[in-house]
Amino acid sequence: MLATIIFYGLALLTVGSAALVAFSRNIVYSTFALLGAFMGVVGIYVLLAADFVAMVQLLVYVGGILVLTIFAVMLTAGIADVTVSNRAVGMAPALVVVFIAGGVMAYAALRTHWHVAAVVAPAPTTYGIGNAFLGDYVLPFEVASLVLLAALIGAIVISRHEARE
Amino acid sequence: MGGGIGLNHFLVLSLIIFSLGMLCVLTRRNAIGILMGIELILNSANINYLAFAFYGGGKYDGQIFAIFVIMLAAAEAVIGLAVVLAIYQNFKTIDVDAAETLSG
Repeated sequence: MLATIIFYGLALLTVGSAALVAFSRNIVYSTFALLGAFMGVVGIYVLLAADFVAMVQLLVYVGGILVLTIFAVMLTAGIADVTVSNRAVGMAPALVVVFIAGGVMAYAALRTHWHVAAVVAPAPTTYGIGNAFLGDYVLPFEVASLVLLAALIGAIVISRHEARE
Repeated sequence: MGGGIGLNHFLVLSLIIFSLGMLCVLTRRNAIGILMGIELILNSANINYLAFAFYGGGKYDGQIFAIFVIMLAAAEAVIGLAVVLAIYQNFKTIDVDAAETLSG
């Protein structure tokens, strides 16, 4: 079945890229692997009939956050020092913690009997999302703009280089 | 589209991405690497939101929450990277073990 093949392809891309992000010794490889992870997640969103969220993910994550991360990587030194640019310590205890937490979550997710509704045919979602943003969710929507303004000002204040005398 | 796949596939995919992100956060000593792990964790949460929205009858609430998560992730990335650059200006490194002035 075509959808299943597409899902496994996207899952392979996403998980492989995420593994490269988590295990690569070089911070530049990690950053570019993040691109593959984000693109795979965009495909998963499209598979879940969320076209608008997929486009928002593409614009904000790939076009914004990833570019910002690449800028930060390039602006901080140690790039040329390939072997130690992305040091990882304490792998064994971290693996134990991750396996315990992941096992508990897998048990909870797979043993629960989820009530699945009948899947509706995929339709454009922008109309409904726009109505929800200006209806039920208008207050969080306005607060979100305040949060973004605060983040903008905060980033300028934090990263501004103080002239010391 | 996704109807023939099943909810559990998406939950397991999200769980794997979350685990890799948590591993990244726990083991990295590069501050930007830690922020990348947080982005992976937020993405896995979004996959769950959209999977439950899709298999819950196609309501928009899950997608709205996913958009809010993306918005907060953008704000978090901006502030986090600004802090990283400020640390770099003071310590000339972004290794989080080196920035230990506050430790007793």
